[in-house]
Amino acid sequence: MSVLDSKVPKGPINDKWTTYKDKINLVNPANKRLIDVIVVGTGLAGGSAAATLAELGYNVKTFCFQDSPRRAHSIAAQGGINAAKNYQGDGDSTYRLFYDTVKGGDYRSREANVHRLAEVSVNIIDQCVAQGVPFARDYGGLLDNRSFGGVLVSRTFYAKGQTGQQLLLGAYSAMNRQIGRGKIKPYNRHEMLDVVIVDGKARGIIARNLVTGEIERHSAHAVVLGTGGYGNAFYLSTYAMGSNVTAAWKAHKRGAFFANPCFTQIHPTCIPVSGDHQSKLTLMSESLRNDGRIWVPAKLEDAKAIQEGKLKPTKIAEEDRDYFLERRYPAFGNLVPRDVASRAAKERCDAGFGVNATGEAVYLDFAAAIQRYGKEQAHVKGLDENDAALVTKLGKEMIKSKYGNLFQMYEKIIDENPYETPMMIFPAVHYTMGGIWVDYNLMTTVPGLYAIGEANFSDHGANRLGASALMQGLADGYFVLPYTIGDYLADDIRTGPISIDTPEFDEAENNVRERLDKLINNKGKYSVDHFHKRLGKIMWNKCGMSRNAKDLKEAINEIAALRKEFWEDVKIPGRADEYNEELAKAGRVADFLELGELFAKDALEREESCGGHFREEHQTEEGEAKRRKEFQYVAAWEYKGEPSDAVLHKEDLKYEDIEVKERSYK
Amino acid sequence: MKLTLKIWRQNDAKAKGKMMEYHLNDVSPDMSFLEMLDVLNQDLIDKDEEPIAFDHDCREGICGMCSMFINGRAHGPDREITVCQLHMRSFKDGDTITIEPWRAKAFPIIKDLIVDRSAFDRIQQAGGFISVNTSGNTQDANNILIAKDAADTAMDAATCIGCGACVASCKNSSAMLFVGAKVSQYALLPQGQVEAVDRVKNMVAQMDLEGFGNCTNTGACEVECPKGISLENIARMNRELVKANMIKF
Amino acid sequence: MSGFFKSSIGRKYAMALSAFFLIIFLIIHLSVNMTSLFSKDVFNEFSHFMGTNPLVQFAMQPILIFGVVFHFIMGFVLEMKNRSARNVKYVKNTGSANSSWMSRNMLLSGAVVLAFLVLHFIDFWIPEMNVKYIQGDMSGLLSDGDGYRYYEELVHKFENPLRVGAYVLAFVLLALHLLHGFTSAFQSIGATMGRKKTMQNIGKAYSILIPLGFIVIALFHHFNH
Repeated sequence: MSVLDSKVPKGPINDKWTTYKDKINLVNPANKRLIDVIVVGTGLAGGSAAATLAELGYNVKTFCFQDSPRRAHSIAAQGGINAAKNYQGDGDSTYRLFYDTVKGGDYRSREANVHRLAEVSVNIIDQCVAQGVPFARDYGGLLDNRSFGGVLVSRTFYAKGQTGQQLLLGAYSAMNRQIGRGKIKPYNRHEMLDVVIVDGKARGIIARNLVTGEIERHSAHAVVLGTGGYGNAFYLSTYAMGSNVTAAWKAHKRGAFFANPCFTQIHPTCIPVSGDHQSKLTLMSESLRNDGRIWVPAKLEDAKAIQEGKLKPTKIAEEDRDYFLERRYPAFGNLVPRDVASRAAKERCDAGFGVNATGEAVYLDFAAAIQRYGKEQAHVKGLDENDAALVTKLGKEMIKSKYGNLFQMYEKIIDENPYETPMMIFPAVHYTMGGIWVDYNLMTTVPGLYAIGEANFSDHGANRLGASALMQGLADGYFVLPYTIGDYLADDIRTGPISIDTPEFDEAENNVRERLDKLINNKGKYSVDHFHKRLGKIMWNKCGMSRNAKDLKEAINEIAALRKEFWEDVKIPGRADEYNEELAKAGRVADFLELGELFAKDALEREESCGGHFREEHQTEEGEAKRRKEFQYVAAWEYKGEPSDAVLHKEDLKYEDIEVKERSYK
Repeated sequence: MKLTLKIWRQNDAKAKGKMMEYHLNDVSPDMSFLEMLDVLNQDLIDKDEEPIAFDHDCREGICGMCSMFINGRAHGPDREITVCQLHMRSFKDGDTITIEPWRAKAFPIIKDLIVDRSAFDRIQQAGGFISVNTSGNTQDANNILIAKDAADTAMDAATCIGCGACVASCKNSSAMLFVGAKVSQYALLPQGQVEAVDRVKNMVAQMDLEGFGNCTNTGACEVECPKGISLENIARMNRELVKANMIKF
Repeated sequence: MSGFFKSSIGRKYAMALSAFFLIIFLIIHLSVNMTSLFSKDVFNEFSHFMGTNPLVQFAMQPILIFGVVFHFIMGFVLEMKNRSARNVKYVKNTGSANSSWMSRNMLLSGAVVLAFLVLHFIDFWIPEMNVKYIQGDMSGLLSDGDGYRYYEELVHKFENPLRVGAYVLAFVLLALHLLHGFTSAFQSIGATMGRKKTMQNIGKAYSILIPLGFIVIALFHHFNH
């Protein structure tokens, strides 16, 4: 039997969570006052967990590297949050949400966790509305829904294009209430640099105050990581600049297994890279694909001319355009899932058909939609449908009302008017489905150490559906962890405060100090960004949208070599006992340099294509992903020193309530 | 593009700061403003000098972390954007650009262009919430009917990113747009009514305690707010406070 | 409620209330003065009534003086507090990009108007008090007994071009003060109608016409006598 025990309760899937909650241990309110919990990361998952734990009566300390919990990158989520409310009466149900999520994840997620997620999704909406989150309403005053990719119902709740912001501010307000009551002590501008394990249990952390550079010890009876994903290993991504893997990686080094690191979501509609100076990629909402048609020139010479700036896209005749998604996937067309759309765009660009100076962009064209809406509007208003100028004008107005803010954002960045000329888009790293392995209780392989939200691996399998990340973060934080953690903490009611003056804390602190000293005294030749950019190039070129054994093996060697070079040659100005962003960045990049190698190793080991993981060796004749039954498991890696020494543990995935099928979008 | 940059440098909260001049010779108009500063920082690191410290994170205009006073304006010359969304094509070859941190007694400087905005957090902690526990069995979300207009107006207020541009651009360093937006969001929603009286009183009291100035209705905050939050939110807060004092004094 | 007037918003509110009071007072004052353009007698009648009616003299006048003093002191106190909210100034601050000159210089325009008020007191109010309450002459008649003295005194004051110049300047500044202050007062008491186009236009009309009225009176008497 595997060392991994998922602790999924027995019984029918519909009752698992309810029955389980009925039977687990609870901590009585008076005893909760005696128990401390540390929450690292204050996004949707961490923030909501911290607030709820404090409401329950635990003493909570929160840590975030930003200047306020409100700035966590959950804030950037645009589209919405799914919930199986069936307010639209279109046949939605808990089972359907569960089914869509498992299928969307290409059958690589844990059934019981996903079902629980679907069950509590409805509570999230109730809770958020009670908190004053201003979700969109219809004219009758009821909540409005929109539809999102990969599903057949309208179950997405939204607050304009800023759903993540509003939900995060909701969780932040719940935190503020507890901070005001003194139940949460916030440590902002602090970065966790190690987990402290005492007698096999997580009992605290070492954190660095980013303003003063002080190294601090914090103890607790349990530690919760809600520290997000690790997409910044690619350097360029839609993540925030500060998003990092450090907390998760330190946990991994202290015994938490890291699951499916190679499962990364690459989002098809982002604004392309404009040059070497680029620091960040900007996402354009998935909703654009409802009306935009994606194409590249059909002739290579046209593509060349466009790349050299000699030809305008509007000058290319209809028959000389290749609407490659419509061509390859007639049934779903431009609305294929994210992984499929991204790969198809990359395939065209690799073949030389890219449409900007770097050759890494495809067009997203609204001309047809403008004409279609224009004609429709002219008809509705009883105007002349054959008046070309009028139709174009009405069509543009319609597009503006639907996507105005996105078009404006595009114009600000690219300086081209997307109403006149097609948008240029290219896929970018957006989310990581992989993360720290957790059991049904969201506990990692280290007792007392929990991982929630994007930081864990559990719910999205190999590909995440739109509007599900917010759902998972809040489900974990508001409704799952606060229950399951009680089961563990029930044993700690007599433990008393955890001392920070123990050899374990000494050892962890010394570790942290040594590493910081080493970095600051290195006095090498190159800046941190220099190494981060090089890592990003390796990751993108060899572990990106499509992968093969040869590239992955090279990537492993190159990353290991780069890591060595980093430690010999990195240069960090300033001191360790002051505000020093370069030093903070260096620590994060050092961890990315280890994670990156494990990432490639995991991708190499997974000899199949599924979801966001595409192995060129495993594709159908038409170039579609080929999943393999023998890889229906979670790959959980145990740390053993160098990433190359990591040991693989498998958690087999069983599907009892869903039939495993091929995903086809043709 | 060639640029001359005049940037405020200050080692820590206690140190005395000064404007320093830097030159960049090869700035692309397609760069964002922060990417231009990244380039400058690389130059400085290469020359063994300390890079300029500035706050930034999401770089897509939503986290509210970036905060610079550029050529005398919060978030620079363009309207309704944050610094991270400002692109160098808004400047001309040969320009001199003055970059300063937010200036307000309630926002002490941490280093260079970084200021401490925890005063905003404390104002929120004083009452910027609805006291509802996470039980998961509050009433069904659709039991609360909210007129679309009210929901939309509340959303417009809630869109505040807490960057502090309102304070920075106000001649009085007043935080009333920030506080007004939060008070308004709850004042417009039925869920917010229960605690309305204490909320506005406590938040305003905390705002005063933090040392922000008083609003004189110049309207600068509204113009410089990257999210275009309306001055009407301040009027609403004023009303709410009067109302609160009539109900409970 | 005492807590309310200690809060920043409460003080702002008080500022706005005193402003409304002064706005109304200006209308009354101008109305009375305007009569001097048409009829010496009507002006004299009004002036005598105002100057001798006990209600006006002992109830309204102190309230008015209090209103003015309060508006000034509160304005000054708030301005000082506001200035201290920014202890280090910007090297470069382009206020013109986001706000009007008037809104940023209320203290300046207010101070000029205040300086004018001092002159105004020396010109009219102190002699009035002297005649009425120290010399005890409540008759309002000229020393030769030939009718009321008010109109003659008014005309006399506007003979000096320097004084007329000062009056004109002060009223221009009052106009600027009002151009921001009028709608701002609405905003301060929480009335968003101050931001509606109609109200903005009424504010503009008031802010220009009232001071203009005073200027016309000064110039009329200066050039017509």
